[in-house]
Amino acid sequence: MSERAYYLDEGLPAPVPEADGLSKPYWEGLQNNEILVQRCDKCQNWQWGPEWMCHKCHSFDLTWTKVEGNGHIYSWERVWHPVHSALSNQGPYIVVLVELRDYGNIRMIGNLLGDPEQEVRIGAPVNAVLEHHKDNDPAFTLLQWQYS
Amino acid sequence: MGERTLRGKTAVAGIGETTYYKHGQAPESEFKLALMAILAACEDAGIDPREIDGFSSYSNDRNDPSRLAAALGTKELRFSNMQWGGGGGGGSAAVGNASAAVAGGMADCVVVFRALAQGQFARFGRGPQVPTISGDLAMASPYGLLSPAQRFAMKMMRFMHDHGVRQEAQRAIAMASYHHAQNNPRAVMNGRPLDEEKYDNSRWIVEPFKLFDCCMENDGAAAMIIVPAERAKDLPHKPSYVLGVSSGSDHRCAAPSHNAPNYASSSFASVAPHLFEMAQVTPKDVDVVQSYENFTGGVLMSLVEHGFFAAEEANDFLKVDNLLAPTGKMPLNTSGGNLAECYMHGLELQLEAIRQIRGDSPNPVADVDVSIVCSGPMVTPVSSSIFGTEATL
Ligand SMILES: [Zn+2]
Repeated sequence: MSERAYYLDEGLPAPVPEADGLSKPYWEGLQNNEILVQRCDKCQNWQWGPEWMCHKCHSFDLTWTKVEGNGHIYSWERVWHPVHSALSNQGPYIVVLVELRDYGNIRMIGNLLGDPEQEVRIGAPVNAVLEHHKDNDPAFTLLQWQYS
Repeated sequence: MGERTLRGKTAVAGIGETTYYKHGQAPESEFKLALMAILAACEDAGIDPREIDGFSSYSNDRNDPSRLAAALGTKELRFSNMQWGGGGGGGSAAVGNASAAVAGGMADCVVVFRALAQGQFARFGRGPQVPTISGDLAMASPYGLLSPAQRFAMKMMRFMHDHGVRQEAQRAIAMASYHHAQNNPRAVMNGRPLDEEKYDNSRWIVEPFKLFDCCMENDGAAAMIIVPAERAKDLPHKPSYVLGVSSGSDHRCAAPSHNAPNYASSSFASVAPHLFEMAQVTPKDVDVVQSYENFTGGVLMSLVEHGFFAAEEANDFLKVDNLLAPTGKMPLNTSGGNLAECYMHGLELQLEAIRQIRGDSPNPVADVDVSIVCSGPMVTPVSSSIFGTEATL
């Protein structure tokens, strides 16, 4: 493996909160090394991605709650054909959908770190790795995954 | 109040399309293409274009009904409707919305249309080339999950894992479309056949989709005219009646960041049962199938969720011979569809479903009474439609 700073070549769109700020705590949390997702104060439902209301009980009282970065691969894909100019020289890369079984089976998207041509196993345990892009303007942090 | 159904209340009076082009190669403006397709459908129906009093489209078609009505010099405009949602998910719903307007007395002659000239506008398959991104896209784009193929590949990967579906099942779907296109002079891929070796040697776009699992992007326009059923007998063609239309998606299909409860799905799980209930037919009664190919895996899941076979039977059922007109068990995408005829956002599939009923398909299936279209798998909303001959009423 080469010593790359980041899993993907730089130049993809940087994530920033919406004008209404819905996902702002999530992106700020990652920069502070915390994975925060929404939990309903009223019915304790875990919810992802961010929404203004609990879809189970319609309460607006959702608390950004810290979760441990342990999950299992729910699905995956290996991208070969780049559709963004930033990835022209990237080569293949893996996107995983990770299920957090301890937190209502919510699913989170990331890359699977390591060899891009490695075998990917649905159901395999993975843990979170935070990838800080501090030099980017704006700075941001991505939630990545690797085999446990 | 009578029974709440569209069954048998409307008919397809005429169909028409422009020449189909590779993307960016249409010599005409997109609006002109729309007009040309509408005029062709009117001529096919033997209807004066000035009689059109309604317009129905989908996927944010850019050609505004009021402008079309003015350009055509229609006597009056009574219905202008856009089905929400992107991709081809609205193809059948647009027929349903037109039929609902006609059956409900809101309009008498509604044209369903779709026009695309991507050289003049942005393409679908490119990722967003912007410095920052927000909302649900921000959860995906920074990880290189950018295009429709990339958005849907993980659904199919999970489905294949859950049910043991093999790559050859997707290959058979691609080969059926290409096979049918070879008899279709309208098809962009006419003269460019596909065999197993060519498919197997083709590059991955995103696993589990190879190059030939992915639709083209094209330029052109297509149109279809919906009238009250009682008018159908006075029209030049053998009548095709709308038997049923259903659209939507099941519980929380659009849950953000790939959190749909029924994830490995074409989005038809709840839609298909409503369709067959309205049409009063079963999957066994269907003579020929048009199923929207954004990606072959989406077709596969659509066929399963419409009840043509069980997921565990996919490897056995999806053999090329089973899918070919005229003799296959279930002739599929008999014009070449989005893969090989034209990516007209699936409206070309509606036209082909009607041609099969009339008997003038380039790959005719004998004695078609029931013809189905499944539109736009894996997006939400999706939709599907069933057409039938007079014998089915
Ligand atoms: Zn709640």
